[in-house]
Amino acid sequence: MNKTDDILRKASKLHEQIDDEFHDQLAESLYADATRIADRAVSYTGEKPRFDFDRSLDRIVTSRIWGFPLMLLLFTLVFWLTVEGANYPSAMLAFVFIDTIHPVLHSWANTIGMTWWVSGLLIDGLYLATAWVISVMLPPMAIFFPMFTLLEDFGYLPRVAFNLDNIFKKAGAHGKQSLSMMMGFGCNAAGIIATRIIDSPRERLIAIITNNFALCNGRWPTQILIATLFIGALVPPFWAGIISALSVVGIALFGIVLSLLVSWGLSNSILKGEASTFSLELPSYRPPRFWQTIYTSLIDRTLIVLWRAIVFAAPAGMVIWLIANITIGEISIAEYMVHFLNPIGWLIGLNGVILVAYIVAIPANEIIIPTVLMLMVLTVKNAGGMGSGAGVMFEGSENEMMTMFSMGDWTLLTAVNLMLFSLLHNPCSTAIYTIYKETGSIKWTAISTFLPIIMGFVICFMVAFIWRLVA
Amino acid sequence: MSEQKVITLQHLKIGQHARVVSISQKCHGLERRRFIDLGILPGTIIVAEMRSPSGDLTAYLIRGSVIAFRSEQTRFINISIL
Amino acid sequence: MTVNTAVPKMYGRCEDCGIYNMANLKKLGINMDKWDYMIALAGNPNTGKSTVFNALTGLRQHTGNWPGKTVTRAEGGFIYNRRGYKLVDLPGTYSLMATSLDEEVARNFVLFAKPDVTVIVVDSTRLERNLNLVLQILEITDRAVVCLNLMDEAKRKQIIVDERRLARDLGVPVIPTSARYNQGIPELLEAVHDVATGRVVCRPHRVKSISAKVDNIIKPLITQIKSAFPNLPNARWVALRLLDGDMSIMNAIRDDGLGELNHAPAFNLAVA
Repeated sequence: MNKTDDILRKASKLHEQIDDEFHDQLAESLYADATRIADRAVSYTGEKPRFDFDRSLDRIVTSRIWGFPLMLLLFTLVFWLTVEGANYPSAMLAFVFIDTIHPVLHSWANTIGMTWWVSGLLIDGLYLATAWVISVMLPPMAIFFPMFTLLEDFGYLPRVAFNLDNIFKKAGAHGKQSLSMMMGFGCNAAGIIATRIIDSPRERLIAIITNNFALCNGRWPTQILIATLFIGALVPPFWAGIISALSVVGIALFGIVLSLLVSWGLSNSILKGEASTFSLELPSYRPPRFWQTIYTSLIDRTLIVLWRAIVFAAPAGMVIWLIANITIGEISIAEYMVHFLNPIGWLIGLNGVILVAYIVAIPANEIIIPTVLMLMVLTVKNAGGMGSGAGVMFEGSENEMMTMFSMGDWTLLTAVNLMLFSLLHNPCSTAIYTIYKETGSIKWTAISTFLPIIMGFVICFMVAFIWRLVA
Repeated sequence: MSEQKVITLQHLKIGQHARVVSISQKCHGLERRRFIDLGILPGTIIVAEMRSPSGDLTAYLIRGSVIAFRSEQTRFINISIL
Repeated sequence: MTVNTAVPKMYGRCEDCGIYNMANLKKLGINMDKWDYMIALAGNPNTGKSTVFNALTGLRQHTGNWPGKTVTRAEGGFIYNRRGYKLVDLPGTYSLMATSLDEEVARNFVLFAKPDVTVIVVDSTRLERNLNLVLQILEITDRAVVCLNLMDEAKRKQIIVDERRLARDLGVPVIPTSARYNQGIPELLEAVHDVATGRVVCRPHRVKSISAKVDNIIKPLITQIKSAFPNLPNARWVALRLLDGDMSIMNAIRDDGLGELNHAPAFNLAVA
């Protein structure tokens, strides 16, 4: 121990002796060697081409005129392709898993004389919830992820960060927050981990707290479905797809605006400080390896996220079935909860069913819509022919879903506010755990958890209030 | 290289080439190190490549890589235009 | 012995040939309980490190085209020539001067976890910038292989890199690859194997004098460090870092880390 203390003492004394230029000199001598070695090893064949593809493309995607419109266009295109492309496979999966296999399971359970509550718990709870998640989630993810990955592999994301920097700077946030935010569009937990590229602890915290405003993949199916059913339905069928896509883009943009506003708020209150400096490398564009990217993003991203959804959906399905079928007096627990939450729901333009669904679905955002539907069957269970028994997710297409929603007294306001609330509520349990791991602080974890949900209540309340005044 | 007027990097116009003269002594600590680690040293050639739509970030070609800085950073880098 | 392993050796025996040995490559993914050699994968951001990692382990770590994509350490394994290798993918950094968290993670790993081989992935279209990091890594380890990646891109940009010359100047094997297209991976494996087993001994390039003044100042410090930590690959570099006021090296020394960690293959880094 003496030896090391000695070394340290001597070193710090020497450190004071040498001038500030020491580090410069060290770096310079390294770079001088690097330059010499590189010069000896590298040669060019012929002239360097005058036309530089990278620079020409960069001039367009970062141009004052085209930069932002191109960005919006690209993201709208991605969402539009997702909305349009997901419909058909979704219906097919629903047909297979829900319309076909589910009744088969029931008749099989009848044949072997399975007790009603066992078959209810397993077939109407566990199986249906899982089947729903697969048919609602898989198609949009299988389309969105590869497209997003292609953009990412091509090298477009740093250009977006380049374009957006000024706005982030004005919000007092780090320039690289736009990168972690974009990862958040894939998955908030991944986005929160990605904030490690930010050196300054203050700005990293801001990036972590606001990452939840990036609409994650678990929430798009909700957005896309509701937008398709309610907002797309406002316009002629020809425009339905693009309008639905635009409304989802609108929500995503609103999320970005909020994340900037909250960043600004934080950097002017509890996380005061100057925006720190940073450098952003714009890497060369690389032609993505198309099929490999599709394959990788399908296998790695889509299936992993889907698997997580299923893992959470299966027990949630059982919970829903249980609360729908355990009765106190004549009324089920779920009905108690729904009725209890209905007034609060009404106040913020939603309803009790949606709020109960958000409580049941804390583990994963992915299962909101399936949960809502299961609970709806309960509250409008006299809606003959759809599903059978309390807490059974009905077997249905989009049309049936729409009928169901309108019977549950859903209006355009409910839809809009559900889209808003889906953007603005607590992060899923994985994201919360990740925040805790990354910050190591209960305080910041709590702030990141409760801030969005409080904002969700406030914003939904205001929308509902103004809507009802005007309408 | 003839005797050139020394200006700061933030004044380099898009498309112009310059040679780094020094990093200002006002820039120290982490910020200075980051410049140096990125290869910004006396003698390094820098080309201004493009500016962000809001004009706040500028991307420079430095030793083969395109790297963007904000203007409040580039004012610390003294250059002479080539 | 002069080391210029980048020059293909005489392929007298099948076992010496990379193509033959490719058949001996078993990608293990993350199923790694024990290993004979630990390999670290270092490099600048955006040099295709993750692609090299995937090519070796058969894992499909997501590879995006933006700097700083790999912020955490990924680990995987493979068996090559009947030896088990554990591969650790470090965050991409421009430098090892430890100015940010990821640089510290990478630097501490190479310095303290003492990988048997550090593979430095280099963008062959930006050699000069990348060599800055290579030289820094060569300061802290004796066992390294340079993977000259993105050769396809260099070809497109009409850049020719003389890898033999580079290998001679750096004193470590230099292997040209295009990991995206699986080109050069057999040769890379062979070089890693050679360095790991000691068949090839590296004579890494070390930065010469900075200034006579500095040389004089650090001489006694070097002697002292050498006597305290005889196993350290480059006492001079540690002395230089100490002189630069590098806090994390200070802390490591204070915890007697340089000596202790010589024996600890598993090294848990506290991140954040």
